[in-house]
Amino acid sequence: MKVLVPVKRVVDYAVKIRVEPSGVDLKNVKMSMNPFCEIAVEEAIRLKEKKVATEVVAVSIGPKQSQETLRTALAMGADRGIHISTDMRTDQELQPLAVAKLLKEIVIKEDPKLVICGKQSIDADAAQTGPLLAGLLDWSQGTFASKVAIEGESAHVTRETDAGIETLKLCLPAVVTADLRLNEPRYATLPNIMKAKKKKIEILDAESFGVDLTPRIEIVEVKEPASRKAGIKVTSVDELVDKLKNEVGVI
Amino acid sequence: MISRQIIRRVATSRNAAMSTLVVAELNQSQISGPTLATVTAANKIGGDITMLVLGSQAGPAAEAAAKVAGVKNVLHAADPKYDHFVAEEVAELLIAAQKASNYSHVLAPSSNASKNYLPRAGAKLDTAPISDILAVIDKDTFLRPTYAGNAIAQIKSKEAVKLITVRPTGFEKAAAEGGNASVSPAPEAPTVGKSTFVSEEVSKSERPDLSSARVVVSGGRGLKSGENFEMLYKLADKLGGAVGASRAAVDAGFVPNELQVGQTGKVVAPELKTIVAINKDEEAPIFQVADYGLVDDLFKVVPELTEKI
Repeated sequence: MKVLVPVKRVVDYAVKIRVEPSGVDLKNVKMSMNPFCEIAVEEAIRLKEKKVATEVVAVSIGPKQSQETLRTALAMGADRGIHISTDMRTDQELQPLAVAKLLKEIVIKEDPKLVICGKQSIDADAAQTGPLLAGLLDWSQGTFASKVAIEGESAHVTRETDAGIETLKLCLPAVVTADLRLNEPRYATLPNIMKAKKKKIEILDAESFGVDLTPRIEIVEVKEPASRKAGIKVTSVDELVDKLKNEVGVI
Repeated sequence: MISRQIIRRVATSRNAAMSTLVVAELNQSQISGPTLATVTAANKIGGDITMLVLGSQAGPAAEAAAKVAGVKNVLHAADPKYDHFVAEEVAELLIAAQKASNYSHVLAPSSNASKNYLPRAGAKLDTAPISDILAVIDKDTFLRPTYAGNAIAQIKSKEAVKLITVRPTGFEKAAAEGGNASVSPAPEAPTVGKSTFVSEEVSKSERPDLSSARVVVSGGRGLKSGENFEMLYKLADKLGGAVGASRAAVDAGFVPNELQVGQTGKVVAPELKTIVAINKDEEAPIFQVADYGLVDDLFKVVPELTEKI
C-alpha cells in the first residue's frame, strides 16, 4: 500500500525566537523539518522496510525552501516528493483547515491507504491537521500514536491518552498522527543525501487546487509571554523552608 | 453576490443568540476540574451554557453537571460507545447537537481526547477550530500560545460557530455546586464504527492528577534512575502534590510518559505560582524563572526538605 506523509518546515526547535507584533520573526532563522514530521517519515519508512508499504510519498506545503524539507524526507528513505508551493506564512496565514483541504486533494490524486503526519507542528502548536484531514476524507483516525501495527485491512494504533495509553483498531484507509514516542527518527547518511538529489519532486501551485485558502482566523497581534520577576537564590534548606512558610505560605 | 453575503451575515448575527456547548470530561461520574475551568471560559464568552456529558456514566454525571454553577441545560448521551471518546463517534454526536441547537461556541477542556474529536467535527462543519485558549477577550477574540508558549497570539475567529479547546490552567474552576440546570437526552447520532476501542492501560496513582494538582514536584535527568524518583514521591506526598517529569526522564524510562510536563506533555499551573529550583549547576536556565533557587545536590536537599516540612 501507498503511504502519504505530510511534512512541515518550521523554525528549528533549538532556536530562541524573536517575537514581533505581526508574528515571530522568520528572517535569517534556521528552519528544519518539524520534529513530529520526522517521526512520521520514520514510521512510514519502517512500514516500507517491513514490506507493508510499497511506496512512501512525502508532501510539503510552503515556500520554495520546503523542497529542502522534502529532500530530508527523501534522504531518510521516502520515494518521491510533492511540493505545494505558496507564499503564505505557514505558521499563521495558511491555517490547518486549508492545509487539510489541500492534503485531501493530494489524497484523492495519489490514493494512499494510510496518511501518517506529526501530532502537531511546533510553531502553531494547533494539533489539528491530522484529525481535520480524517474528517474531510471521512476516514478513521488514530491520533497521538505511540505504536502502529498494520494487519490486513486494519491498523492497530496505540495512542497516548491523558491517563495512560489505549489501543484502537482502525479500518483502513486511515490517518495516523505521530506522537513523540512512536520511534526514534534515523539520520540521513551522506550517500542517501546524494541519492535523494536524484529523487523526483513534483511542484504544484497551492492556488491551482481551487481550494479556498483564506485564513478563517485573524492574527490580531503576537506578544511575548509576561516575564516572571527575578527570583532569589537561597543558600540552605532551612532558608528555603523559611521562605516557603513565611513569604509565600506554600507550606 | 457580495451584498447578498453581507445581508446573510447580518441576518445570522441578529438571529443567532449566543449559546455555548461545553463538552464535559468526567472523573468517574464527577465533572472534572478542567471541565469546571472550561465553564468559566464559557461564562466569559457570555450566553447560555449547555453541558454535554457522554458515556456509560452520563446518567449520574448529568446530575452532577446540573449542579455546576452557571450551567443552564445538561444533555446526556448515556451510550457506552462514547466511553473512550472515540473521535469518529464523538464528532458525530457534536454535529447532531450542533444541528439541533446551533450553538455559537462549542468548548472542551484541552486534552488528548478533545484534540482528537474536535477538529474532526470542525472538518465536517467546515469550521476552523481554535486550540488551547488561555484567555477570552470577547466572544470572537482569544489568546492562545504558539511556539511552545514563547509567543502569545491574540486571534479573532470569523467562523459562525467557534470550536475551541480551553487550557484549563488559564481559568478558575466554576463552583461544582449551586446550579440548577434542566437535564435532557442529547440528540441521537449515527454510529460510525470505523474505529473500535480494543484496550487501555491507565496508570494508577493515589496522588492528585498532574494537570490539576496544587503542588507539582518534577524531576529530570538528574534523578539518574527510576528508583530515585521515590524521593520525589515522598516529598509530593508530604505536600499533597503530584509528581511530574521532564522529557529526558521519560525517555530514559525513569517514569511513564503521562507524567511528562511541557510542550509535548501536560501543561501544569499549580495554584502556588511559585517555582522552586534545586540544581547543582549554578548556570542552569531554570534559575532564570525560579522564584527560589538552591544550588546544591538534590540527593542531599530533597530528603532534608521532605524531613523539614
